[in-house]
Amino acid sequence: MRRQIPFGLVFIFGIFMVFQFFVPHEKSEWVYEFLLDWIIVIGIFALALGIWSLFKVSVEKIKQGKEGGNYSYITLVGLYMMVAFGFTQQTGEGWGLYFLWIMLCSACIVSLMRLRASTDSGKKRMWALASVGFLVAAVLVAIFDDAWAFFLYTPEGLENSMFEIFFDHIMMPILATMFSLLAFYIASAAYRAFRARNVLASLLLLAALLVMSRFNPVIPGAEYVANASNWLMNVPNLAAQRAIVIGIGLGIVGTALKIILGIERGYMGRG
Amino acid sequence: MELFERLMKLDRRWVFLLLIIVCVWAYASSFSVPILVMPEVQSIYDKVEGLPEGSVVLVAIDYDPNNLAELHPMTYALVEQCWRKKIKTIFTALSMNGPGMCVQAIRDITDSVSRDKEYNGVMYKGREVVNGVDYCFLGYKPYYAIVILGMGQAFNQPYPTDYYGTPLDEVPMMRGIINYDQVDLVVDISGGNITDAWISYGQGRFGFDLALGLTGVMTAQYYPYLGSGQVIGIMGGLLGAAQYEKLTDNPGRAKDGMRVQLPAHLVIILFIIMGNVGFFANKLRLRREGRA
Repeated sequence: MRRQIPFGLVFIFGIFMVFQFFVPHEKSEWVYEFLLDWIIVIGIFALALGIWSLFKVSVEKIKQGKEGGNYSYITLVGLYMMVAFGFTQQTGEGWGLYFLWIMLCSACIVSLMRLRASTDSGKKRMWALASVGFLVAAVLVAIFDDAWAFFLYTPEGLENSMFEIFFDHIMMPILATMFSLLAFYIASAAYRAFRARNVLASLLLLAALLVMSRFNPVIPGAEYVANASNWLMNVPNLAAQRAIVIGIGLGIVGTALKIILGIERGYMGRG
Repeated sequence: MELFERLMKLDRRWVFLLLIIVCVWAYASSFSVPILVMPEVQSIYDKVEGLPEGSVVLVAIDYDPNNLAELHPMTYALVEQCWRKKIKTIFTALSMNGPGMCVQAIRDITDSVSRDKEYNGVMYKGREVVNGVDYCFLGYKPYYAIVILGMGQAFNQPYPTDYYGTPLDEVPMMRGIINYDQVDLVVDISGGNITDAWISYGQGRFGFDLALGLTGVMTAQYYPYLGSGQVIGIMGGLLGAAQYEKLTDNPGRAKDGMRVQLPAHLVIILFIIMGNVGFFANKLRLRREGRA
C-alpha cells in the first residue's frame, strides 16, 4: 500500500497534466495554477534540506580530518554571511556594532560545527558553551544596537551595501576567473586532441579550424572561411542537432509514459 | 627527443604561457577587429528596431558571473537600445546569481542612458530611467520551468511583488500587462539549460517571439530552433555580442573582448597545426624506418 499510493498519485497527476495542456477551460487552468504553486512549496522544503545536507557534509569533512576540510568553515560562514546581509540594512549613517554581530554569528556557526565534529565529551561541552555564549552575545548586540535592523519581509536588505560589495567584488571576480581558466585548458586539450589520425578525426579537425577562424580577418580568404563556417553551422550541424533534439524528445515522452504508467519505478528508490 | 616528437609532446605550460602573453598583448594593444554581422543577430536587432515606443520586451537574465564576459555585453547593448527607444523592459532572473547581474546591468545602463549620445547617426537625449515606469525587475524565483509556465498565466502569479517588494499590481508599468500576450519580444540571455525551458514551456506553449543570447559553446545546439522558426534570432558568444554592439553602434566590452579572442584563437590554431605537423612527420619517419 505504501508504494501503491504514490504510484496512483503519479498516474492521476501525470494524466491530468497531459490532458490539461489540450483543455483551455477556466477550471482546468485553476487546477493547473494550483499545482504549479504546490511545486514551489515542495521545492522550498528541498532548499532547507539542501542547507542541512551542506552543513552535515561540511561537518563530516572536518570530523574525518580530510584534506581541505578547513575550507568547510569558509563555505558555511560565507553562506550565513550572504543570508545575513540580505536580511539586514543600516538604519542611520554608521554601521554601529554590525560587524561585531557578524563576527559573533560566524563564531557561533564555527562553534556549532566543532560541536558536531567533536567526539570527545569534554570538547563537546566546551564547544556547546562557546556556541551558546556567542549566540547570546549576538542576540544582545542585535537588540541593543540601533544602527542597523532586520528586514525580513521588506526589500531594504537588498540595498545592503555589504551585499553588493561581496557580490560585485568577491563573487563575480571569483566565478569569472574560474571560468576564464577554461580557455587555457581548452587550448591545451585542443593541441593534444585535434590530430588527423583518421578520416573522422580529420573532419572534426577541419570543422573546428573553420569555426574558430570565422570572421578572423588575419586568416587568408576570411570571407570564404566565414561562409564555409556558416554553412557548417546551418546545414550539417543543424541536421545533426535536429536528429538529437527529436531523439531526446521521443525519449522524454517514452520515459514520462513509463513513469506515469508505473513501468519505471526508479524514482521510488527501488527498480 | 626529435624535433617532430617535441612538437607533438610540448609541455602544456608552454601553451599556457604563449596564450597569456598573446592575451595580455592583445588587451594592451589598440587595434580594432572588423566585425561581420550574421543574419541571426541582425534579425534580433531588426525586431527591436521595428518596435514602436511603449512596446514591451522581456529580458531574461539567466546567467551567472561565469558567463559575464560573453553575455553581459549582450544585455548592455540590447537594453540600452530598448531604453533609448523608450521600449519598456521587464527583467527576470531565473538563474541563482542572476539578480546580482541584473542589478549591476540596470545600474550601469541607467547611468549611460542619462547622457546624450549618438547611435547610427541619430542623436538621443539623455533621460532618467525610472524603476516601475521604464522597467520592472521581477527578480529570482526557483524552478524556472514552473516560473516560465506561471508567467504565461499571469506575471503576478509567480511574482506577486517585484524584486524590490512593490506589489506587481501597483507597478505603473505593469498595468495592463498580464502575461506574455502583452509582451512583444522575449530575449533569453542564458548560460545554461534554462533556454530549453524558454523554448519548450514558454515559446512552445504560449507562442511569443523569442530571441536568444547564448554562450559560444551553447550556440550550435540551438540552431535547429532557428531553422524551425521557434527562435527569431541568436546572439552566439562574444562574437554575437560584438555583432549586436556593432549594429546598435554602441561598442563596449564585447568589441574589446574580440580583440583578445581572435589572437587567442590564432594561438590555438597554431598549436593544433604544430601538433599535426609533428604527428605526420613522426609517422613518416617511423614508416621510413619500417617501424609503422
